[in-house]
Amino acid sequence: MKSLHEFLIMGGYAAYVWPAYGVTAVVMLVNALLPSLRLRRRIAELKRRADGGERS
Amino acid sequence: MNISWTWFHRLASPPHFFRLAGRLAPWFGWLALICIAAGLYGGLWYAPPDYQQGDGFRIIYIHVPSAYLSMMGYTMLAVSAGIGLVWRMKMAHAVAAAVAPLGASFTFLALVTGSLWGKPMWGAYWAWDARLTSELILLFQYFGFIALSRAFEDPRSGEKAAAVLALVGLVDVPVIHYSVVWWNSLHQGSTVFVGAGSDIATSMLVPLLAMIAGFTAFFVACLLKRIQLEVLERESAAAWVREVLEDA
Repeated sequence: MKSLHEFLIMGGYAAYVWPAYGVTAVVMLVNALLPSLRLRRRIAELKRRADGGERS
Repeated sequence: MNISWTWFHRLASPPHFFRLAGRLAPWFGWLALICIAAGLYGGLWYAPPDYQQGDGFRIIYIHVPSAYLSMMGYTMLAVSAGIGLVWRMKMAHAVAAAVAPLGASFTFLALVTGSLWGKPMWGAYWAWDARLTSELILLFQYFGFIALSRAFEDPRSGEKAAAVLALVGLVDVPVIHYSVVWWNSLHQGSTVFVGAGSDIATSMLVPLLAMIAGFTAFFVACLLKRIQLEVLERESAAAWVREVLEDA
């Protein structure tokens, strides 16, 4: 069983392995969140507009 | 012949696709989460270090899925843009527009993770090598598609011009794939699909397959959300959008 320390230093490759995983995590998180957020905002906006249109 | 094409027509109908995408996206999202969690455990913790590359090889678990999706995404982009061009199908153009930013981000990831892998193994972050250069060209093709589709006042003209560009650029995909065979490349050869069997130990291979499955499911989930957004933007004046708004 390897130790947490061994895991973190990645056999001396930590400076390459962790940034690679970090960049990937950030880019994937943005991809996961951005469209859903935009979709929700757009639906809310269209709803507001539809409600406003009915009243006027 | 009595083949029913109704499923195809339904897929091509924006309201139907919008609802279907909304229902399917969470399933792909969960599948992605499970596969990626298993792949990360297997790849970063369980698999032994490589006998040549030590723990540095672990970048493979994000590099290979990203590179694969960069090519898959571009093929999807070109095929759907082509369908939109030939059959004037609105949905196909929406799919192409939705896949472009997603494919571009995985191309970016393939380049960055490859660069971080190349430094300790080859001694350089970058080399003007056939594999690396053709992958960089792919990134520019994604940018070109996005820029050109927005460059016209009439969005339909932009779509058409960008579709032609996307189809012409499709030649780059086989070039990337075979670059390590055709040219004497710095890049290592194929890891997974070599001849009949695979060149890689099971404890290293299984996490890689899990990561490829997980990244693909993630790609599909994000794509479905992006198509929903794209369709909503294009059809916001249509009557069905009001129905969808009432459901939401």
